Amino acid sequence: MEAGRGWFGWIPDFGFAVAGYGGTKLEKKEKLMNEQTLANGLGWFSIGLGLAELLAPEKVGQAIGVKNHHSLLRTLGARELASGVAILAQEKPREALWSRVAGDAIDLGLLGSALRSEGADQQRVIGAIAAVAGVTALDVYCSLQLSSDRKQLAQNGQSTAQPKRNQIRKTITINRSAEEIYAFWRDLENLPRFMNHLKAVSIIDDKRSHWVAKGPAGTEVEWDAEIIEEKPGELIAWRSLPGATVPNAGVVRFEKATGGRGTVVKVNLRYHPPGGAAGATVAKLFGEAPEKQIPVDLLRVKQLLETGEISRTEGQPAGRAESTSAKFDNWLRK
Amino acid sequence: MKANCWFGKRDMRVVNVPDPKILNPRDAIVRITSTAICGSDLHLYNGFMPTMEKGDIVGHEFMGEVVEVGPGVKNLSVGDRIVVPFPISCGNCHFCQQTLFSLCENSNPNAPMAEQVFGHSPAGLYGYSHLTGGYAGGQAEYARVPYADVDHVKIPEELTDEQVLFLSDIFPTGYMAAENCDIRPGDTIAIWGCGPVGQFAIKSAYMLGAERVIAIDRIPERLRMAREEAGAETINYEEVNTYDALMEMTGGRGPDACIDAVGLEAHGAPLEYAYDRAKQAMMLETERPIALREAIKACRNGGTVSVPGVYGGFGDKIPLGAFMNKGLTLKTGQTHVQRYMKPLLERVQAGDIDPSFVITHTLSLEEAPKGYQIFCDKQDECIKVVLKP
Repeated sequence: MEAGRGWFGWIPDFGFAVAGYGGTKLEKKEKLMNEQTLANGLGWFSIGLGLAELLAPEKVGQAIGVKNHHSLLRTLGARELASGVAILAQEKPREALWSRVAGDAIDLGLLGSALRSEGADQQRVIGAIAAVAGVTALDVYCSLQLSSDRKQLAQNGQSTAQPKRNQIRKTITINRSAEEIYAFWRDLENLPRFMNHLKAVSIIDDKRSHWVAKGPAGTEVEWDAEIIEEKPGELIAWRSLPGATVPNAGVVRFEKATGGRGTVVKVNLRYHPPGGAAGATVAKLFGEAPEKQIPVDLLRVKQLLETGEISRTEGQPAGRAESTSAKFDNWLRK
Repeated sequence: MKANCWFGKRDMRVVNVPDPKILNPRDAIVRITSTAICGSDLHLYNGFMPTMEKGDIVGHEFMGEVVEVGPGVKNLSVGDRIVVPFPISCGNCHFCQQTLFSLCENSNPNAPMAEQVFGHSPAGLYGYSHLTGGYAGGQAEYARVPYADVDHVKIPEELTDEQVLFLSDIFPTGYMAAENCDIRPGDTIAIWGCGPVGQFAIKSAYMLGAERVIAIDRIPERLRMAREEAGAETINYEEVNTYDALMEMTGGRGPDACIDAVGLEAHGAPLEYAYDRAKQAMMLETERPIALREAIKACRNGGTVSVPGVYGGFGDKIPLGAFMNKGLTLKTGQTHVQRYMKPLLERVQAGDIDPSFVITHTLSLEEAPKGYQIFCDKQDECIKVVLKP
């Protein structure tokens, strides 16, 4: 994220399409496809070579001018096979291709020492070295291309690992009127009652509020936020004010469910994790993964509004020290 | 207090645990006077249910005396004698209001986890793994009952525990299974499984107007109970081929409805059992849906297959072609117990049925592990075990 761009000159209903990016998208797509064809070709090559080394190490040994290293050749064959499968299994096999380059380096090293050993057919070994060097060049080229694509996409503000990492959307239906849910949510001091990561929210004025969240290792993280848009019974949009450690913003919309079956509540939460150590702060702030935390929060507000309480098992008896399960309950709910 | 806890495959132990407390305003605490072991508890015992944790208190068929109520409970008092339904239901959500109590949206605090597995989460259950909320179960001296103000039926003094305990689960389960068959006069119902649920399904099918009920199993005492106590005709699938026998008994048409009261741990003809068992061992299949396959095959054209039998994961080789081309209806689900408690209690009071006929063993709570073992291995002609804390 370049500094000074402010963050998310952003329209409340999230209809954002970065126009400039859309234009060059097609070009990029073509290029990507060529690289993928090359990568796939290398993948199949790996599989073919790997099978040959595994199943006919004597013949392969003969071809490359090396005698009597059958079990070594089999091991190398297994590695080739694994690389090949890994490449073919992924759409953008960066890591698999870099592993091929590593394998090539090993092969070159082995061939180099084979050259000097006794009983080697020098001409064939040299031929093999040339062939491997050629393939290595292809592997390196392909790996670099795929890696640079990733950097490009990252620069455009979009993560390639998981495209929508910074945005969470979740919907739930609550058996109450939109006005009732709006009123409950608009009183921001209610939020910590169902958002576990929040300790307290206090009102400063009719737009601004002060938020305190649980930070890592028992610390607290604080920031100010403001309501940027509100329509009773319809939507509330808020965002953190400049100076927040983890800039974040959200919109919650309320719509009538079909058939009079309550209200549909749609939450759209954006947060901007800075890199490095502060990224870990985000995880603690919003739970291990916000994608996990938000559904639990929404479930809690539904329970609170429909039944008057939040379903829980903390504090119940069990045949162990903890009343709940660390692996399942705490992982999900804490 | 003492409680029966899960500690691993075939490892149930009665240990000392803290007494339950009121945790939410709508809770109540019940002192348990009788509790039972369910066929579905055996899936926990045999390690088929994921998300169990060592120390989980198990058990979901229990009843007793209210000893404490939370401030939000207005329709129960200390001293009331109640049978507790096994699904935990809030009474306020869309599904509870449609009387689909086992589909409550609010009672499972781990709903997002269940959503990953099932698409949407069903209700929380007592003592049945963390996928259903990880609630402490009722094979104990006391239990915490959430949403205690929802539809608890108070039991009159003149009825014994044994006559009403099964309103918590297996009687409504057999009844709902039969009800789902949409029985018309003259109908023949075939029921796979003569365990306690199967026995109640037989009785319920007659109650709902079936002309003939044919029950299928391999265990002699269960077949005998089905014939002598419940009044069914029986098929021992180890002696005859089920499909052939049913064809002969139904004039070549097949039963009008089939009930699978067996579920995921089915046994069956050697080859089919070996297939499913091997796949389970290799983790390629989580169920053995043998009874379900047979039911689909045997059911008449346009009939109904009703499945109270518990399944948890993914089954293999389900005859979808037969299912579709014969125009069958599949009805299933965890029982909406709260819907049936009052009408079935009235039947018991009227003398139409004495549910205690399924009980073969009564043990102390401390003997729970032994109870599980004889129930699972079908030793000592065990059909239903009741535990007394």
